[in-house]
Amino acid sequence: MKRHLLSAADLSVDEVASILDLAEEMSAVQSRPVKKLPALRGRTVVNLFFEDSTRTRSSFELAGKWLSADVINISAKGSSVSKGESLRDTVLTVAAMGVDALVIRHMASGAPLQASQWVDAHVVNAGDGTHEHPTQALLDAYAMRRHFRAADPGFSWADKTVAVVGDLTHSRVARSNVLLLRTLGARVVLVAPPTLLPSGVDSWPAEVCTDLDPVVESADVLMMLRVQRERMSGGYFPTPREYTVGYGLTRDRLARMKPGAAIAHPGPMNRGLEISADAADSAASLVLDQVASGVAVRMSVLYHLLGGSDEDAAAGPSKGTTA
Amino acid sequence: MTHPTLLITGARLADGRRTDLLLAGGRLADPASAPAGVETLDADGLLALPGLVDLHTHLREPGREDAETVRTGTLAAARGGYTAVLAMANTNPVTDTAEAAEHVAALGRRDGAAQVVPVGAVTKGLAGEQLAELGLMARSSAAVRVFSDDGSCVHDSRLMRRALEYVRAFDGVVAQHAQDPRLAGPDACCHEGEVSGRLGLGGWPAVAESTVVARDVQLARLTRSRLHVCHVSTAETVEVLRWAKAQGIAVTAEVTPHHLLLTTDAVLGYDPVFKVNPPLRPDEHVQALRQGLADGTIDAVGTDHAPHARHDKEHAFADAAFGMLGLETALGVLVETMVEPGLLSWSDLVERMSATPARIAGLAEQGRPLAVGEPANLVLVDPTRRTIVDPADSFSLSRNNPYAGRELPDPVEATFWQGRPTFRR
Amino acid sequence: MVIDAAEMSRTLTRMAHQVLEANHGARDLVVLGIPTRGVPLARRLAGLMADVEGHPVPVGQLDVTMYRDDLRTQPTRPVGRTVLPAEIDGAVVVLVDDVLYSGRTVVAALDALSDLGRPAAVRLAVLVDRGHRQVPVRADHVGKNLPTASHERVQVRLEEIDGVDDVTISRVLEGSRAEDSQAEGSR
Repeated sequence: MKRHLLSAADLSVDEVASILDLAEEMSAVQSRPVKKLPALRGRTVVNLFFEDSTRTRSSFELAGKWLSADVINISAKGSSVSKGESLRDTVLTVAAMGVDALVIRHMASGAPLQASQWVDAHVVNAGDGTHEHPTQALLDAYAMRRHFRAADPGFSWADKTVAVVGDLTHSRVARSNVLLLRTLGARVVLVAPPTLLPSGVDSWPAEVCTDLDPVVESADVLMMLRVQRERMSGGYFPTPREYTVGYGLTRDRLARMKPGAAIAHPGPMNRGLEISADAADSAASLVLDQVASGVAVRMSVLYHLLGGSDEDAAAGPSKGTTA
Repeated sequence: MTHPTLLITGARLADGRRTDLLLAGGRLADPASAPAGVETLDADGLLALPGLVDLHTHLREPGREDAETVRTGTLAAARGGYTAVLAMANTNPVTDTAEAAEHVAALGRRDGAAQVVPVGAVTKGLAGEQLAELGLMARSSAAVRVFSDDGSCVHDSRLMRRALEYVRAFDGVVAQHAQDPRLAGPDACCHEGEVSGRLGLGGWPAVAESTVVARDVQLARLTRSRLHVCHVSTAETVEVLRWAKAQGIAVTAEVTPHHLLLTTDAVLGYDPVFKVNPPLRPDEHVQALRQGLADGTIDAVGTDHAPHARHDKEHAFADAAFGMLGLETALGVLVETMVEPGLLSWSDLVERMSATPARIAGLAEQGRPLAVGEPANLVLVDPTRRTIVDPADSFSLSRNNPYAGRELPDPVEATFWQGRPTFRR
Repeated sequence: MVIDAAEMSRTLTRMAHQVLEANHGARDLVVLGIPTRGVPLARRLAGLMADVEGHPVPVGQLDVTMYRDDLRTQPTRPVGRTVLPAEIDGAVVVLVDDVLYSGRTVVAALDALSDLGRPAAVRLAVLVDRGHRQVPVRADHVGKNLPTASHERVQVRLEEIDGVDDVTISRVLEGSRAEDSQAEGSR
């Protein structure tokens, strides 16, 4: 593994497999009476959150604690120029306390990458602006892999099509998922109105479609992205109603999905907008699996980054030695 | 104030002629009249060019003396071969009154290592709502001729029309920061394209600039007034300018050194040093800008030297201040991008970096040929000298140097303003 | 070669009988192999015991990676699986590994076990004891004691993993000598 997890593109296919495999083990540990493992005893993990996210933060917090690391949470104020302290100051101040890993969430794209250049600690990107959210993509892949394995233990990602539907321009989850699914070898189809397709999307390792209907029938997973409130006021599409008709996973589209296909959503869901209640609650929904696997996947990530000697990690990308 | 006498021997002029230059009393005198025992500078192998004139400098004083002062900014200018800089109005207080303009001019007279020419704001407080006291600034002892809301676009069409009309009375020029604020949304911090999409950064499209330029050149024609387009950054703008000039519209334009050299790819590592407004564009724009500067569609080079304190830059990319240093490296970048590839001769370069900027700004004592009787504003240049840019080796108070670690021509050997050395290597 | 396939087979049969004898039968026994090569050995022992007793003996595996005391001195180690075939509270757990060397793996295994439950007793069965203990640990059942020098390497190969059953001792070149903890077992 590289020293940091900043982008889903940092991971090789073997590393992804290794992370997901260990997540399975960690998931089993969670059903034991003693959930704690001693692997990161004496290590300190700081959740440095510049943007609130109770769910991601508590998931990383439990992941660290169940591996016996000392975990503290720091909520940093937005680091706008007017507020005096620079991002670099904040990060260096925290790192100076003797931290082994910094889990960084920031409303600005690239902040964790910048931080990784200033500190010795391992940096995990817990979501940066509209850029990436690699651990979310890992737990999505984990939930999808479980789903596919349940039907066919020997399934191949190369036979699977995952459609990512919605506000691709502003979705960090989408970016990380595209990169990770590409590494795994799946076919990725991006579906959105043209106003919500990122610039340069044609160069992404994915197919692009502005019509959801033909995709509904061929996808093995429909990943519905959340539509942010602030995008609904007419700037990107005329009305929520029109969005639902064009790009929502309605009851009608649910009925037309391929047998055995699954529905994913990084949450929180806007029921009735991008996803109907029927779809959200259907047996095909992976939404609860996605949430449930969050801690196990993050335990696995922390172990992969912090479980060995620093010298090894500092040597850069491994050649699959952890796979 | 004394003006030393100095004999420069064996220099070549931009046109290749070899000559001696006698600096006396702040002007160029006949070398044959040099007194015996005069101090002599051997300029064999060096070029002597008129001192450079920067249409676009942010000196930050008054208001942000932690980023730059008139003293440090003009020392940086001298280091870059400049003998005059136009000081943009976005200081604190904004240069939007006669008093503010006179204050900047006075700071320049007191501390300047180059002539400091205040630029006046077009609108009060750069707010884009109400005209600033353009006439009073023009009539003041600072004699302001260039007006700009640089940093913001005069976006209101009616206001822009009125500004152009009004400055015609005193041969003023409106220097527009052409950028449609609606297309360059509040989150925009880089060029909209493949890189912004991949990095998840808010971008603004190239046409956010060219659409405003297209409007402004037509307003300039309507008002029969002079328009200057600041820091042209797109191929589309070059096309619009080419069309406007063919129509005989009185428009001039500048390009920054960084837009001639750097591309959008520089932001791939989210380093805020490369965050600049207008943003770095893909290579096809860079090539169009070089071509536009070569064929005269773009008239001049303006550095947009924009110093920022570290604590304004060391933020997440989206949160960091826009701007990069430029005065000290400008000539080197121009040699690299324009002279060495054969796009501009040294004489052309003098036009783009000295004579034309001086003419646009109405500076009688700048941008003049190096001839007897002319002001002794000149720069000695070693065209072969190169260096690896070290941000710490700078007169600027700031370190937001986008060329750090890059090898560039570093041609300036010495700069003389009014006959006095302002920089000697 | 110090043990060949035939001898390994005889050795394991003897060990299976010893475990049963010491426990007075297979009652409450849970056999847990320590990955990697302890796992097939545990399965073989459990199979041999089942043959004697006439009913299956629960067998599983116990991964100890995250309990090792040398995690931070090594490249990140792959983590194996832990599979418990039965409740271990009140059971007699037989830990199985291929080579007993420093004893640190066994300490890690005891720590791991204590997080999983409270066995009535824990026994240790190893195919080879090569000495050089660093902690006060001893095996209850040893297939073969092999006095070795610390610069020697004991390699156990098993049909299930390596395609062949044998144990060999080789000299490790100076300079490339493995750390004690690494050399334990033959992973």
